[in-house]
Amino acid sequence: MYPKNYKYSQEHEWVLLEGQTATVGITDYAQHSLGDVVFVELPKPGAKFSAGGVLGTVESVKAVSEIYSPITLEVTEVNAVLANAPEKINQDPHGAAWLLKGRATNPSEMAGLMDATAYEAFVAEKEKEEHA
Amino acid sequence: MTSPTTETLRKTALNTVHRQMGAKMVNFGGWDMPVEYSGILAEHNAVRTAAGLFDVSHMGEIEIHGTESLALVQQVTSNDAGKLSDGQIQYSGLLTDAGTFVDDILVHRCGPGHFFLCVNAGNQGRDFAYIQQQNRFACKPENAGDRYSQLAIQGPRALEILGRLTPVNLAALRYYHFTRGAVDGVEAMISRTGYTGEDGFEIYFDPRHSERLWGALLDAGKAQGMIPCGLGARNTLRLEAGMCLYGHEIDETTTVWEANLGWICKLEKGLFLGHDALERQKAAGLERILVGFEMADRLIARDGYPVFCEGRASGRVTSGSPAPFLKKNIGMAYVPWRLREPGTEICIGIRGQQAPARVVKLPFYKRLK
Repeated sequence: MYPKNYKYSQEHEWVLLEGQTATVGITDYAQHSLGDVVFVELPKPGAKFSAGGVLGTVESVKAVSEIYSPITLEVTEVNAVLANAPEKINQDPHGAAWLLKGRATNPSEMAGLMDATAYEAFVAEKEKEEHA
Repeated sequence: MTSPTTETLRKTALNTVHRQMGAKMVNFGGWDMPVEYSGILAEHNAVRTAAGLFDVSHMGEIEIHGTESLALVQQVTSNDAGKLSDGQIQYSGLLTDAGTFVDDILVHRCGPGHFFLCVNAGNQGRDFAYIQQQNRFACKPENAGDRYSQLAIQGPRALEILGRLTPVNLAALRYYHFTRGAVDGVEAMISRTGYTGEDGFEIYFDPRHSERLWGALLDAGKAQGMIPCGLGARNTLRLEAGMCLYGHEIDETTTVWEANLGWICKLEKGLFLGHDALERQKAAGLERILVGFEMADRLIARDGYPVFCEGRASGRVTSGSPAPFLKKNIGMAYVPWRLREPGTEICIGIRGQQAPARVVKLPFYKRLK
């Protein structure tokens, strides 16, 4: 379910680092919690964010969810598909519905994120709490 | 602050079924309720184009029996229950002495000495205590919430679907009327009412038969595209239809006039709680009024967001959401009286931005007859 080559934050973002290019999205757990996504607000290329900074928002019918940058980056590209098809986030959160790409200025931060196995365990714990 | 675990929440008779169906559950007014099954957009649009089935057993019921039942109902409500014939229903306000809302309710006249009120889930205890306190008449109110489960079947195909399970002539049952009959062999009260803006029925019956009726209705409606719907779609549907939600558009601080519900306020019926305050306010004029608004673009206004009129802070959004069928972003809010005209431009504060919107006529959505 959760790609092995991605890293994951506690706020349910994923990041794929290829060289200095980071691709960021939200996880399947996040899209499922949100429900039907209807609107995405993303930054412009050139915008800079430290790890933990608010990149934008993903909105579902019922909720607004802030997206936090998993690592420090400078935005280079934003996924244009999402402006008119926000529901792609529900359909393919780890693939076609990536949110943005950026230049990772401090790649060592990746070490502080969870790998797929750790994230799966993290999510399993959360789901247990929710069904209590 | 810790939230209650689901053990401390109240549950309808269908709670296990909802969980088995994979519904996302939410704490709604102290009840563990399904918010969505397959998704709010799909559920909302199913109701607008086919049909949806809702478990609304959390709603409360208060029965009043006795020769002076009508007098008690008239005393505590804003609408004229004296106009009801047997089997007829009216929307009404349970009012304070100030003409503001204790609750919004449906009043059913079963007979001259028997009235049946459907009240909001979270207000049941308060409403019952209030009615008892006001009762100086020859009648007895009963808190009947535990004696009824309630299902709502709503949408253009609702009649066709329910018709398969009941000998009752549903086509002859007029809107805002009710009757009694069997649904899949289960004795029930069937009313042609709903909270969605579509044609549909609300069915009240003994909770013992809940799983059976839920299953029978879903089976009967499957071929027509009926799906189970949760509170998420219930909210977006009623909002599109311009209907109020207690605790949002109406509460103990809003009068019947301010809430744009003058049509359920019949001062001429005689004295009732709130009558004099409402008469005075009518003469003095309103300072504020509830309106509907539409956002100018993709930004979404939500409950509680600040409203700005002519650049000045002017209250908050009472309900705001995307409208799944209309494909717009809509909401309701109280604005100063003189800014109530459709077309008036206002702004909604969204994460520090002033998002443009304009006042529109209610309802946002009205079904074709």
